[in-house]
Parts: sequence; C-alpha cells; structure tokens
Amino acid sequence: MYAQMIKSTGEGVKSRDEMSPEEAAFQEKVDADIKIEPRDWMPEGYRKTLIRQIGQHAHSEIVGQLPEGNWITRAPTLERKMILLAKVQDEAGHGLYLYSAAETLGVTRDELTEALLTGKMKYSSIFNYPTLNWADIGAVGWLVDGAAIMNQVPLQRTSYGPYSRAMIRICKEESFHQRQGYDIMMKMAQGTPEQKKMAQDALNRYWYPSLMMFGPSDAESVHSAQSMAWKIKVNTNDELRQKFVDQTVPQAEYLGLTVPDENLKWNEEKGGHDFSEPDWTEFFDVLKGNGPCNTDRLNARVKAWEDGEWVRDGLLAHAEKKAARKVAAE
Amino acid sequence: MAEVDKTQLAQFLLRMGDNTLILGHRVSEWCGHSPVLEEDIALANTALDLLGQTSLWLGYAAEVRGTGETADDVAFLRDAWDFRNLLLVELPNGDFGRTMMRQFLFDAFHSVLLGRLLQSSDQTVREIAEKASKEVAYHVERSADTVVGLGDGTEESHARMQAALDYLWPYVGEMFASDETDRALAAAGVAPDPANLRDDFDALIGKVLAEATLHIPDSDFAHKGGRTGAMHTEHLGHILCQMQWLQRVYPNANW
Ligand SMILES: [Fe+2]
Ligand SMILES: [Fe+2]
Repeated sequence: MYAQMIKSTGEGVKSRDEMSPEEAAFQEKVDADIKIEPRDWMPEGYRKTLIRQIGQHAHSEIVGQLPEGNWITRAPTLERKMILLAKVQDEAGHGLYLYSAAETLGVTRDELTEALLTGKMKYSSIFNYPTLNWADIGAVGWLVDGAAIMNQVPLQRTSYGPYSRAMIRICKEESFHQRQGYDIMMKMAQGTPEQKKMAQDALNRYWYPSLMMFGPSDAESVHSAQSMAWKIKVNTNDELRQKFVDQTVPQAEYLGLTVPDENLKWNEEKGGHDFSEPDWTEFFDVLKGNGPCNTDRLNARVKAWEDGEWVRDGLLAHAEKKAARKVAAE
Repeated sequence: MAEVDKTQLAQFLLRMGDNTLILGHRVSEWCGHSPVLEEDIALANTALDLLGQTSLWLGYAAEVRGTGETADDVAFLRDAWDFRNLLLVELPNGDFGRTMMRQFLFDAFHSVLLGRLLQSSDQTVREIAEKASKEVAYHVERSADTVVGLGDGTEESHARMQAALDYLWPYVGEMFASDETDRALAAAGVAPDPANLRDDFDALIGKVLAEATLHIPDSDFAHKGGRTGAMHTEHLGHILCQMQWLQRVYPNANW
C-alpha cells in the first residue's frame, strides 16, 4: 500500500488484564468507534505507529508526483496535460493533508522530510518503477490509484480522527484519478496498433508491482494484529489484494488487454480469482533501495530540498523582518 | 471602427495563446521539484490557469484561421518559426528565483493587457479576457509577494533575485514593441497598442521591486523576435521537442 510493512509495538495485542486503566479506556473507545483526537490520551505505541504509517503515506504522495510528473511536458493534448497536471497537484495536496495529520501527533513536517531524505523512512515500493510510455500514465491512474483506493476506503473509518478526515478528502480525489487513468487506457486500447501496444506494455510492467503495493501476506503478523486492534489497519493485505484482482480483471478484459498471469482464473468455489503471487524477492530488493528508480527518486527529492533551502530561508527572513517592522511601528 | 483583417486577428490570438502555452509549459516543469509543498501546488495552479487560457486563445485562433484545425493542432503541429510568444517565456526556468521573477514580469504585463482587453470590440476576446483577468489578478498578487519576500529576505536570496532581474530585464522591452498588426488591432478596438501599456507596467513593477529592495537595471536594450516570429531563442525548439513529440511520432492518433 502507500504504507507498507508498518511495524507497531511488535509485542502483540495486550489482553484486557494486561492493560493499564488508561489503555483499557482507550481500547474501549476504539472498539466503540469513537474517534481518538490529538489531545486525547493514547498509548505511545499507537502514536508512534501512526506517525510511521501516516508519514510513509505522505512521503508516497510526494514521491509519487515524480513518475507521473515525468510526462507532464510530453502529454499529447492540452486537455490530457491539464488533467495530469491537476492530478499530480492533487497528490501534493494529499501529502500536505497527511503531513498535517502527522503533525497533530507531535512530529513536524521538516522532521518527517528529513527522515525521508536520509532514507530512515520509506515510501511505497510502486513509485520506484519507471513510467516509460504514455499509457503508463493511464496504468498508474487505473492500477496504482485503484490499489490505493482499496486500502484507503476502509481507512476512512480509522480510529484516529485527523487521519480519518484526511482519508475522506483524499478518497474522493483518488477515485477521480482512477477513472481518468482508465479513460486513458480506454483511448489507448481502442486506438492505433501502436497505442494498443503501449497499453499492453504498461499493463505488463505495472501488474505485479501493483499487487506488491498491498505488501506480503500478513495474516500471521503481530504488527498487523495490533494495528487492527487499534483500527489503524482494517483488512489484511491478502484480503485487499484479492479484492483488487477481482475488481481489476474484468476491467482489463473490457479493455481487451491481457493480464500477464498464466495462472489467472476464476475460482467458483471461493468466488474470486486464483492468481500468481508477485516476486517477493523483487519487492524486498525494491524496499532495500534496489528498484529501478530508487536512486533517481530520492535524489530528485534531495535536490528539490537542497536547492530550495535559500528560498525557505529567504521567505522566513522576510516574514521576521516584516513582523519586527510591525512591532517597531506600534 | 476599422474592420480587422483575419490574418492580423489570428496573429494577435497566437501571441496571446503562445505566451500562455509556453509559459505554462515552463512552469509545469517545476511540478514535484519545488522548494516547498505549498509552492509546488501554487505553481501547478498557475500552470493550469495558463494552459486553460491557452485552449481558449488557440481555439479561437483556429476558428479565425478557418482551416478546420483545433487548439491542439495549433499547439502541437506548428514549428518554432510559427510561434508568436515573447522570448521571455521560453527562457529556461533557472533557479526558483528566476522563475518567480519571470513570472512576476509576465504577470504584471499580462494583467495590464488583460485589463484593457475587457473593453475589446471583439466579443470572444472580451469573454476570454474576463475569465483570464480574474486568474491573472491572483497570479500577479502571488508572484509579487514572492519577489518581495525573496528580494527583502536574506543576503543570498536578495542577490539571487537581483541576478534574476538583471538576466531577465533585456527581455522586458519586447512586450511593448508594437508593429503594424498591433496598430491595426488598436484601430479596430480589438486590442490596445502594447506601447501604451508601458506606463502602467512601469508603475506596477516599480512599486513592487522597490519594496523588494531590488534595483531596476538602467538599460532599455531589448531582445526581440519572439512575438513577430523573426527570431526565437534556441530554447524554444527544445520545448517543442518534448511538447510535440507524441503527436509528431504518432500522427492522427486519438489520445
Ligand atoms: Fe494521492
Ligand atoms: Fe491519486
């Protein structure tokens, strides 16, 4: 997902007897679907896990600007260019809401940025894959935003108030993105032979990385169990991946494109598709920094931050001068 | 009022639409790379407004040319010599300071021009100007604020903004260099003679640059050739290489 492999306390879920009175009261609120707000008491593990999760989600939105931004100057029509630019701008906005939500937990945006740039915090593996032809812009909207929605729709009900509210705003825009992406795919799939080739090529390259977005199976994970008890994770990775495949396969068929999986078939008994697992070795390589674009993506963010330092300093210095002049005038 | 010649009207519309197209392209290059998230969002907004205006100006240009083209054909299928934008807007972004200084100089000119176009004798021009002038009023407010903030910021930001102004200043004069087309359009009441916009422009930028503690170079030398198409910079060809690539390699595809 946009947040992958998030570690919680690692100690597993406490039973009621092991909980302090504060912890028990907190868990009762969560169980009763009462939102936790920034000023409320919360376990330290809950706060830290949320910072990791929201922070990683925010970083994914920001780094996620890069693969699609790669095509803004080459978009084939004025309308496509505007739609893409507006989409990438939305992603920056998502980053902004999420950093603000994380700030309510006592961490600053600058601290989170620092952690991203030094590699201490991660962003979603998907954004380490390149966008190589125009249909990739369609595939990213259709598959990547599509996978993001799978995870984020349930998170609208997450226990932490600011996170839940950010998700509600974000989900509306993500479903636009997905429709716009599918619309590009439709045009390409119905277009010239070259366009159709681009569409198939994009699906071939983005299929498995999209499945990886949900993370490896976590049914046995103590981290996931704790996160689910806290309602900052709602479904298991496998549940979401299955849902995604079941939703996407008919869409690919409608486009006349072939999902690159020989084992893909409808399983009547389970009421879902059987499909091949992605290559998890590749996934862990990407997380370690060895994806096709990790170095470029991080360098681009570091460069933007370093090149922008004089701007941030300049604007701050001016704001201070202005405030001082105002005080002097009073 | 004099009847306006279609070729001259089309020339004017291309000047308007090519300015917004090429500047929109340049500004959009920042997407994902700005110094702060808020600036990234604001620059994308500016680029989006400019591209929206482009569709209107070039759409009307296509209509006036009467060749059955669309705004996309006009944007994506002309070569550099047919572009009529100011040289200023095709210059590379440079650092953030130069981008914002270029934006401010263009916004100042654009806002004064659009203000006059609200009185155009051509209804479509008037309608486009009405929409665009609202957007550009916001652009100029924003770019002026940034120029003031960085000009009157740290020693480094001041020096960078002064360097940006010095670099860009020779490209300002072209905005006001009018020709026969301008005079014909002015006579027909379609558009003002750009030469008559200079005083308002100078007043606007004089105030902002003073507040920014920046010094306007005392040279009135002006590079020219963009708005007439006589001689663009080397940069325009590279912009078109990116912008028009898909349309050129896969002609007649539907995107
Ligand atoms: Fe997003
Ligand atoms: Fe999105």
